[in-house]
Amino acid sequence: MRQEVVLAMLAKEPAHGYQLRARLRAALGPLGAALNAGHVYVTLTRLERAGLVACQRAAGVADRPERKVYELTPAGQQRVAQWLTEVGWPKPDLAFHLKLIAAAAAGLADPLTIVDTQRRELLRRLREAQRAAMAEPDGSDAALLLEGIVLRLQADLRWLEACEQNWTGPGSRW
Amino acid sequence: MVNNMADPAVLRAAGLRKEYGRGEGLVRAVDGVDLEVDPGETVAVMGPSGCGKSTLLHLLGGLDRPSAGQLWLAGRRIDQIGEKALAQIRRHAVGFVFQAFHLMEELTAAENVELPALLAGRSPRAARRRAVELLDQVGLADRAQFLPPALSGGQRQRVAIARALSNQPTVVLADEPTGNLDSAATLDVLRLLETLHQTGQTLVIVTHDARIAATADRLITMRDGGFTDQTRLTGGTTGHLSALAGLDD
Repeated sequence: MRQEVVLAMLAKEPAHGYQLRARLRAALGPLGAALNAGHVYVTLTRLERAGLVACQRAAGVADRPERKVYELTPAGQQRVAQWLTEVGWPKPDLAFHLKLIAAAAAGLADPLTIVDTQRRELLRRLREAQRAAMAEPDGSDAALLLEGIVLRLQADLRWLEACEQNWTGPGSRW
Repeated sequence: MVNNMADPAVLRAAGLRKEYGRGEGLVRAVDGVDLEVDPGETVAVMGPSGCGKSTLLHLLGGLDRPSAGQLWLAGRRIDQIGEKALAQIRRHAVGFVFQAFHLMEELTAAENVELPALLAGRSPRAARRRAVELLDQVGLADRAQFLPPALSGGQRQRVAIARALSNQPTVVLADEPTGNLDSAATLDVLRLLETLHQTGQTLVIVTHDARIAATADRLITMRDGGFTDQTRLTGGTTGHLSALAGLDD
């Protein structure tokens, strides 16, 4: 898991590992379902070793063992501030593009068949993301995330349409 | 061959063809299509502009006549029956939804919705009751007395969908139902189509909109008048929502 994500979720206030995981789950909705506790703790341990997070032991209550409370160190706070200003951009799918070109050039497969197969898979995912989005309450963080995934899939499908046109008839160059 | 109630398919086409023009100018808009649509199934047809998908939909709904091939609707062979019988079947068995809504602008939403029931010979009282029920179902009970120009695009399309359901059709045929809608209105129509699907309504939807296509059980891809790909969208790689996004680097 991206260390900065865990770090940033600690920025509001110090937290136990399980609280951190609950915050992530609330923000991610059904997409956070696969997030297991191990992930979070492994990341926290790494962050502690890197001096970005400090850990204090809270006194245990009767039937519960003592728990660690994590908080950002000044270096951790700096790292979060820096991360927030970084610009990220999802990389385009070079592999798929090259797959079409290679298939056509070598005469190994019809690019249109590859496009159809890819479309099928994307539509299945779109169906799933859309269903999940409709099941979320309006305005929830998870609904917004799923809407983003739906929009990305739609963009990918539009690109497939462009690929299809390019590899159909006079437009194809091989 | 008499093909009646023995046929489980709601719609069946065999070797369906539609040609325009002749000689050098001959265009095969639909070129040898075989299709079966099961009760309760939602089928989406996608394909580039001019691939023949709208023509196909018109043939399936009896709005247009095939040049060749056979066509059954609700177990009745309809490719060669007379105009009057065809109109009758169309009225009772098919609900149409169009991109441009095709509502009567001088009639209220309720009057638009009850029109098909009146044309099918229902009493005004029964037609009105059905219209009120349907407008409620599409979330527009409070707009029943509005004229279409006073409604948003999404609302107009929902009225049009209610109208399509007026006679409890065997199949609803929709031609680019979200083609004129913005994204919020598309979502409303999407939800409505999903609800119809869940209630067991058979739907055939021609669309460019991937979001609409993604609600279907089966997706057909059309090119140059023929089907190039048919695939089930249900089953397969479901249940891996978390594969859609990752927190990993």
